Amino acid sequence: MSTKIKEVLFKPVFDENPIALQILGICSALAVTSSLKVSVVMCIALTLVTAFSSMLISIIRKQIPGSIRIIVQMTIIASVVIVVDQILKAVAYDISKQLSVFVGLIITNCIVMGRAEAYAMKNPPIASFLDGIGNGLGYSVILLILAFIRELFGAGKLFGFEIFTVVNNGGWYVPNGLLLLPPSAFFLIGLLIWALRSWKKDQAEAPDFKIAPNSSEGEAV
Amino acid sequence: MEHYLSLFVRSVFIENMALSFFLGMCTFLAISKKIQAALGLGIAVIVVLVITVPANSLLYTYLLADGALAWTGIEGMENVDLSFLGLISYIGVIAAIVQIMEMFLDKFVPALYNALGVFLPLITVNCAILGASLFMVERDYDLAESTVYGLGAGVGWALAIVALAGIREKLKYSDVPVGLQGLGITFITVGLMSLGFMSFGGIDL
Repeated sequence: MSTKIKEVLFKPVFDENPIALQILGICSALAVTSSLKVSVVMCIALTLVTAFSSMLISIIRKQIPGSIRIIVQMTIIASVVIVVDQILKAVAYDISKQLSVFVGLIITNCIVMGRAEAYAMKNPPIASFLDGIGNGLGYSVILLILAFIRELFGAGKLFGFEIFTVVNNGGWYVPNGLLLLPPSAFFLIGLLIWALRSWKKDQAEAPDFKIAPNSSEGEAV
Repeated sequence: MEHYLSLFVRSVFIENMALSFFLGMCTFLAISKKIQAALGLGIAVIVVLVITVPANSLLYTYLLADGALAWTGIEGMENVDLSFLGLISYIGVIAAIVQIMEMFLDKFVPALYNALGVFLPLITVNCAILGASLFMVERDYDLAESTVYGLGAGVGWALAIVALAGIREKLKYSDVPVGLQGLGITFITVGLMSLGFMSFGGIDL
């Protein structure tokens, strides 16, 4: 693997993570992560959609007129999503029921649109395909970490198998129900971003407002 | 009447688009630094939702649902099921309505058009709009119900983004740890707001 391919593939995972740095595609990241199995399916679906829609858009990038490019991209993405949706309904009906509207919402997921607009319109098909996979991976990493924490500590399970025996079944673990509720996803992403930005210092944002130092000793204590 | 009122209250508070379904998060986080901008975007979302959800409801009932084409009277049409075309049709309707609204506002209400500015085209890719249409289909709302649902979902989203903008305007004067600044602390704030909105969960009308 040449270094360029490696860079395209792995840069979005930590250095330019679509969720943590660019705030793209958060909607589904929060909604589907209360169970690991559903998250895995969502990750695969999103990675495939991003990769294939980027590739298809990149193939016809020279034919797309600039003024209507958004609607052309939208149509291509929607078609790919329909294919994924139909396959899911045929192969894994239960999971597709659990994902409910979120498969359809991949269309408006900013990661897909963002990569199409920012990368696929300027680069050849193969590179765009890899870029799509890379960004899908970046998204998946965050999603899987969240789902792992939420399912393990919220229900004592992983992929539906019991890891910690919960009190109700005569075990020792008292599940933390909050982790299965929507707010916990926000807290976890917030903390995850904090961790990532403490590790990669250059990703931290500059403050909007600089607080002046205390003018005298013992002030505001 | 009571049924519609209960649907409205439920879609504003209990099933809040932003805080319990996480829809429209990208714009929700990006455009909530100033109350003024948040309010403009909130109003635009309400207007678009009130128009697009009923429009998609009509489209679904008379064109896409299983056997929906029976009204054409053509033989064999009652067996046609076009529901797999749903996603692409809804997004097309949304994009078209947003575009028409932009032209309409530009011509007849330039003041509002200038106030909304760049937010109007952005709404096409707001997942709250597509999400509302998909929920409408999933829950089998009829035309009147979907209008009320569209209004409620829009008002709920607008309420959440204005509230968040209010908090963030004050928050910028606080001393937040370096890595948590900006995005991180916003997430924590939204989490607390979402926790607050969960207290509406017990309301049964």
